Formats: sequence, structure tokens, C-alpha cells
Amino acid sequence: MLFYVLRRVLYAVPIAIGVTFIVFSLVHIAPGDPISALLPNEATQEMVEQARREFGLDKPLPVQYGVWLASAATGNLGTSIGSGRPVSEEVAGAVWNTVILAISAGLVACVAGFILGMVAGLWRDRPVDHMVSLFTISGVSLPHYWLAILLVIVFAVNLNWLPPLGIGPDNSDGWRPDWPHLRHLILPTIATAAIPMAVIARTMRASVVDVLDQEFVTTLRAKGLLPRRVLWHVIRNALPTTLAVMGLQLGNMLGGSVLVETVFAWPGTGFLLASAIFQRDLPLLQGTMLVLSMFFVILNLVVDLIQSWTDPRIRRA
Amino acid sequence: MHGTMAPTAAEAELPAETPVRHHSYLSVVFLRFIRQPIPMAAAVILLVIALAAIGADVIAPHDPYQTRVARRLAQIGTADRWLGGDELGRDVLSRLIYGGRISLTMAIVPVAIGLFVGGFLGILAGYAGGRVNMAIMRGMDVFYAFPSILLAVAIAGALGPGLENGIIALALVFIPPIARMAESVTTQVREYEFVIAARLSGASTFRILREHILANVAGPILVFASSQVSVSIIAASGLSFLGLGVAPPQADWGLMLSALRQAIYSNPWVAALPGAMIFICSMCFNLVSDGIRRSMEVRR
Repeated sequence: MLFYVLRRVLYAVPIAIGVTFIVFSLVHIAPGDPISALLPNEATQEMVEQARREFGLDKPLPVQYGVWLASAATGNLGTSIGSGRPVSEEVAGAVWNTVILAISAGLVACVAGFILGMVAGLWRDRPVDHMVSLFTISGVSLPHYWLAILLVIVFAVNLNWLPPLGIGPDNSDGWRPDWPHLRHLILPTIATAAIPMAVIARTMRASVVDVLDQEFVTTLRAKGLLPRRVLWHVIRNALPTTLAVMGLQLGNMLGGSVLVETVFAWPGTGFLLASAIFQRDLPLLQGTMLVLSMFFVILNLVVDLIQSWTDPRIRRA
Repeated sequence: MHGTMAPTAAEAELPAETPVRHHSYLSVVFLRFIRQPIPMAAAVILLVIALAAIGADVIAPHDPYQTRVARRLAQIGTADRWLGGDELGRDVLSRLIYGGRISLTMAIVPVAIGLFVGGFLGILAGYAGGRVNMAIMRGMDVFYAFPSILLAVAIAGALGPGLENGIIALALVFIPPIARMAESVTTQVREYEFVIAARLSGASTFRILREHILANVAGPILVFASSQVSVSIIAASGLSFLGLGVAPPQADWGLMLSALRQAIYSNPWVAALPGAMIFICSMCFNLVSDGIRRSMEVRR
């Protein structure tokens, strides 16, 4: 096990380096001189020259990459053009809000997806299976930003039950565990959870069906094991695949949050990224992407380790 | 690939003319597909939407750019604004019909690019193995380290708005999964006896790739790529929704959805219409892809 963990962690290092390389190149694929993208429009010639030296833009690209990586490693992600504040501060303020939304949506998606998938798998080809299938195929085809708008139309505009946007009352910019803030969390949670829930349910159904077809289940039944003990064996064998998909979906939630957070004006990293794009604030874009993608790399690592822990066969591969 | 595909596609359209004797693989798949009611219905819906978009100049009841102050945010069912008017009084129905041009292009072209580039890289990696495989697949893994929509948004955001930039950003998202799929199928096929036999009997690498490998991996790769179109249309319209697609006067479903958000209080159901188009297309692509996969499955 230890060997597997070590190997998997070592494998994540080149991936992480590759990721930093892509994030670094984001500023350089932008049209025009990167310096004009890094500075406000009214910058003087003097400021341009100074920034050019400061960012090391007069040096060759590999050197620039090294300088950028070194400063990013110490937490310096540059200065936002829009707000003039350090990017690291902007991102740190937003990350927590995104994490709250991701945890809430993740819980809903995993629990609901798990139950729906298991029910559909156990009652294969019965009406309940067909209903779940219809539900999940709509779910995976659903544009989540549209679902977000529909939820606002129904629950905020027509019924007036829940607030249409924001993270809390009175221009609140951070989430707190109280009832008014919880009300603001409900609609974004549903919109974020819909697609992952459908994907998890489909995966769970497929693996339950797969496991039920295997001979050991027949054996367990034949030797007279209680149905709920058989169910336990089925779940345990269906779990690793589902866990892997759950992890990936959690990561995709971070990506999907760009759109859902935009619709609900939820002050998280996705909203930050959208406003960075809108204002062509490339340092902010780069910094937010770096943090989000590193988060995703670590998440993938953790998911793989959990998966190998629940399924010993993977460790030997 | 074209050389082998063209005649078989023609055969698929003429199954009745060559009855008994033998059916080509593609015509069998085609016949199985049209016998499945749900995927077939989905295919017809997509065809209607696509044809309407292509023939928009003839079909659309109004000029999609013509504004009319009196029809601003008109309700569904208003005379000469059957599906309502948008924030500038333009005809929503006509704009939905025209919008299919850009929305469908932006969804299908990236997957097509992903199919060719990703398919090529994957087959190359799978057949060559060793260091070539290592280099290509580890490169793909790096792109896998980003949540897909996030990567598309970041690249399109850095490149700036526009149809071409959006397509480039999305293509980069679809190359890695298709390459991974192609690599894993090719690695399996490479070890089949007939491939080894061909190699031992002195067939050239090109000939093995073209006749033995491609013929056996093309099906699974195509099915996988077709399943990605439904993802692509959601992502593409998402980019437009964020303002990273075409510029405002143009008609595009994601852009319309974004512009009509200001109408959710006064005219909510018109505001929801462009999203419904995205949903319908995504769902139909999903069902069609499912149908193709099932038609290709070996019957037991």
C-alpha cells in the first residue's frame, strides 16, 4: 500500500508541473503583448518598462516561467488589474465560498446519485428503473446554467420562496451557517448538483447491474445469506467505480461553478474567473486557474488513493 | 479514412437494392439503428433543427436582426412574434432558428477536430507503444488535470471572445479524452492474432494501420466521439453564455439565454426558450449516440 501511495504521489508531480506550464502559457496565448494585458490601459511608458523588468518579460520564456513559478510557490500571484489588490487575496476570499457550494452540492449529488443508481440497478428493467433512467438521461443533458435560470424563475420569481441571487442577505460576501445564508445556498446547490448526480446514478446503476450478474452473488444467495447481507456485498463491489466517478464529478463541479456562480452572483472562484475574463484581468485569470487546477490535481490524487484503499486489486496493478 | 468510408456509407443508404446475399457491417448497423424508435425520433428532431438552421433564410418568419420597440419582451403568442420578442423586440422564433447555425457549429466542429487529432494521436500512441506512447499520453494527462469546462473557459478567456477562439478552446478539451479512448482500443487490437499475422507476413506499417487497426478501432472511437457532442453543446453554449462566443447582434442560443436573463421577471418563459433548445439538442445527441452504440454491439 505504501509503495502504491508513493508511486501515485510521484506520478502527480509531473502532472502538476505540466498544469503550471499550461496556466503560465495562458497569458502568452492572449493576443497582443503580455505586458499590455498585465497593466491597466492608462499605464505610462515608464510603468511599462518597469513592469517589463519586474515581471522579467525582457528575459527568455523558460526563465520567465521559472521566475513566475518561484513567486507563485511563495504565494505571490501578481496584482489584479481590476481591483489593484493582490491576486492571492482575491482568490483566498473566493475559495471558501466555492468550497461551501461544492461540499453542499457534492453531498446532495453523491447521496441522491448513490440511492437512485442503487434502486435502479436492484430493480433492473422494472418501471422504477425506467423512471430513473429517464431522469438521469435528462440530467446529463441538462445545461446547468439553464437549470439555474429555471430554478430562479420558479422558486424566486413565481413562488417567491427563495432569494434569486447572492450568498446572503445585505450584500454579504461570505457564507455563514445561519438560516438566511442557508436559504441562499439551496438553489445554487441544486443547479450545481444536477449533472453530477445524474452521472453518479448512471455509474452506480451500471456497476450494481454488473455485480449482480457475477457468479459470487448467485453463490451468496444459494447458500442462504440474508438479502441485506447480499446487498452489502453488492454495494462493496460496486463502490470503487462509483467512488472514482464521484471524485471526478466533484472536480467538474469546480469547473461548472463558473456558470452557476455567474447566474447566482455567488462570490466564489467561478464568479471571480468570469469577472476576470469580462475585465480581461489576466493576472487574476491566471491566479484563479492555478489555484483551481492544483486543487483538482490533489483531488484526483486523493480519489485514486481512496479508491485503491477500497479496492485492493488496484494496488497490485 | 475517406477512401474506405465513402463507398460503405453509400451502401448503407441502399440496403433495399442489394437484398439477400450479404449486408455490409455499416448497413447492418444502419438497419438496426432505424429500428430503434427513441434514437430514431431523436435523430429526426436533430435533423429538423439542423435543416431549419441551414435553411433559416427561407424558413424563419422574420429578419432575426429587425428590432421593433412595440414588440419588446412580447409574450409568447403575440402576432408576428409567435415565441415572443427579445429585449430589443426581435423575433425570438427567428433568432432561435438562425441561432442553430452558430450553436450547432460551435458544438460539432470541436468534437470533429478532437476526433481527427485525438484519434490520430491515440492510434499512434497505441500502435507505437513505448516511449512514443509515454510522451503522447502523459501530455494528454496534463490536460486531464483540469475540469473540462474550466479549461475551455480559461483558454477562451485568454484568447478573447469569438467563434474561432471558442472552437479552439473546446477542441483542446475534446482531444485528450478521445486520444485516451483511441489509445486503449488500439493497444488491444494491436495484440490480436490477425495483426500479428499481418506483421509477420511482412505487411507495411501503413498497411497494417489502414486495413487492420483503423477498421477495428474506428467504430468505438466514433461512438465515443458522438457521445461527446452532447457535452460539447452544453460547454459551447456555456462559453457563449459567458460572452466568449460570437458578438452580440448575432443569434446564438447561449448568448440569447444570457441576454434574456434581464427578462426573467417580466417574461420568464420567453427567457427560458434558448436554454430549452440547448437541452433538447444535448438530449437528442445523447440518445442518438446511445442508439449508435447499441446498433454496433455484437448480438449475443
